[in-house]
Amino acid sequence: MTAPPSASSRYEQSRAWIDRLHAAAPRLGRPVSFMEVCGTHTVNAFRSGLHSLMPENVSLLSGPGCPVCVTSQGDIDQIIEVTSRPRVTLCTYGDMIRVTGQSGSLETARSAGARVKVVYSAMDAVNIADQNRDQQVVFAAVGFETTTPATAAAVMEAERRGLTNFTVLASHKLIIPAMQALLNSGKVNIDGFLCPGHVSVILGSEAFRCICDEYSLPCVIAGFEDAEIACGLARLTELVADGTVGLENCYANIVSPRGNRVAQMMIDHVFQPADVVWRALGVLPQSGLVLRPRYALFDARVRFELRRMESPEPAGCRCGDVITGRCKPGDCKLFGSACTPVYPVGPCMVSSEGACQAWFKYHRHHRDRKAVPV
Amino acid sequence: MTMQASMSARQRRESQIMLAHGGGGQLTDELISSLVLPRLGNAVLGDLLDSGILPGGRLALSIDSYVVQPLQFPGGDIGRLAVCGTVNDLAVCGATPRGIALSLILTEGLEKSVLETVLDSIRLAAEEAGVGVVTGDTKVVGRGQGDGIFITTAGVGEVECPQRLHPDQVSPGDVLLISGAIADHGLAVMLAREMPQVTSVLRSDVAPLNAMIAQLLREVPQVVFMRDPTRGGLACVAADLAARSGWNITLDEAAIPIHEHALHAAEMLGLDPLEVANEGKVVVVVRPEFADAALRTLQSHPLGREARIIGVVENQKDGLCELRTLIGGRRILQKPYGEQLPRIC
Repeated sequence: MTAPPSASSRYEQSRAWIDRLHAAAPRLGRPVSFMEVCGTHTVNAFRSGLHSLMPENVSLLSGPGCPVCVTSQGDIDQIIEVTSRPRVTLCTYGDMIRVTGQSGSLETARSAGARVKVVYSAMDAVNIADQNRDQQVVFAAVGFETTTPATAAAVMEAERRGLTNFTVLASHKLIIPAMQALLNSGKVNIDGFLCPGHVSVILGSEAFRCICDEYSLPCVIAGFEDAEIACGLARLTELVADGTVGLENCYANIVSPRGNRVAQMMIDHVFQPADVVWRALGVLPQSGLVLRPRYALFDARVRFELRRMESPEPAGCRCGDVITGRCKPGDCKLFGSACTPVYPVGPCMVSSEGACQAWFKYHRHHRDRKAVPV
Repeated sequence: MTMQASMSARQRRESQIMLAHGGGGQLTDELISSLVLPRLGNAVLGDLLDSGILPGGRLALSIDSYVVQPLQFPGGDIGRLAVCGTVNDLAVCGATPRGIALSLILTEGLEKSVLETVLDSIRLAAEEAGVGVVTGDTKVVGRGQGDGIFITTAGVGEVECPQRLHPDQVSPGDVLLISGAIADHGLAVMLAREMPQVTSVLRSDVAPLNAMIAQLLREVPQVVFMRDPTRGGLACVAADLAARSGWNITLDEAAIPIHEHALHAAEMLGLDPLEVANEGKVVVVVRPEFADAALRTLQSHPLGREARIIGVVENQKDGLCELRTLIGGRRILQKPYGEQLPRIC
């Protein structure tokens, strides 16, 4: 692990990129919108105060990049449903705990007696299964290509240990089909993508070439520090101002052109692409991952005969519009009144990476305030 | 899901106690204001200070329960925590601790050696704070009904400082200080609990602050308010002070002291260090012309060497706390919701 840069050098690096962003912005001659498709970008752009430093004509929209937010209501109901089965311990990542389904959330299920555990990695769930052989341990797996290799490794390890009490309830998604579906819908007007750093580590930068080429949109891959996000936004702005469509990798010390081949092979070994349901986007062809038949023993949907649920999204909730860049969180009527981080209605207000929570937590009073250059 | 179904989910949240109700954040506030205060509220309790100042203003009473897991963690254990927590809650109200009451709830099957270690650590911490355990109680519950050791400590203290330390004393221009680096305690405990395989130099900061605070109040009587940023961390204290005083508060992120290994741990655990508990730090609000004197006094004490001036009370009345970020941006700093949930990636 490298040491984090000192506060002053972080400030200087960030300021240098923010200055370039401001220098390029007047050359745009029009308002432009970029979309980030990674929950960590969403939350860090707010937490670092970057939104308050953006030029007036450049805005950053949230896309379908928060794993919890894109999980369909039906998948969430399935996850809550499985906790009511006998001897089930459900393990999942922290952000899933408070997402509301048709009958409460994992948090309320837990307070009513269900066994729900927050884990930091899929392998923790395997260990819990190993140490509690009388329990059926179900790992509710969400996330994009970043978290999928860990789920694949967990399934392979469970098989190696001969565990018969470990299954995965997978809602893994693929980011590229979502970006394509969004652009194909014609309902979103963006000028470029801030591409996710973590996902790119696995996929490789070249994975985004198709977006760049087919839709003539600049794509810039960026890391997650304030300076790295500022760098990504500055380069996107400069590319648009120059009239250049290009794919740039601003995270090249971590992201290679072809990505992590071992992780890709592990995903491919355990999972196969399938048509899956996304919140707001509906069924997208070949946009998710399900366990291959060879690993059916580890598939919670098979083990517990879970039926696919078709659950409507909460009435009035515009999470779907938020994660497709069609509105900002503040445009939703429920935002800040019926829907708050304490009493969330939609997943974007629940997840710490959700655009609504980030907006509410860090930014809500800036709605009408202009950027104040420092 | 229909609106009706969503309401029923909400009602369910409102009808049951959840872990998040114990997090010291917004849900804890809601529990206190909706259930406790309507039934038990009085002029003393209603102040919601770290200690109740009894009528007459000369005695302070405080109580706290400790349910931490693991019982032992780098830098301390549940025993040291139980003494320091109550001593500090008295000290930040300007009271000198005079006696501690100790209640132990033990679980059947607990190794006596574990209890011995915890009791030794209680003795050492009490000696350090210059206060004795003067009364106590012991109960044992069946296996599965507790979690090793739960401790409750109550403390009584004599209020010796003449000024009223209260959010309503805070006014524009006042300066906020913190007595040292944030987040070490919560991160050390979380790391020991969630990732015991990880070795780190991170140690809890748990310590009795009464001597340092007494010195500060003697040398700088212009202190107007103090609070120890325990559960919910610095964010909780600053946001709460803004809300209760009514004045906006701005904190300067670059000025907030934090150790590099704490930054690493927070990153790994997916937690915001501003929201992580401290057990040996105090946030001090002081009149502007005495801020430097307060800083010097804190820094002269071994527990306050890393003290910094971190913020200011603004002449604007929205009751909001804002953070001036490292890169010069601004964002809200609010009370955490409750349970600390790690991020996904």
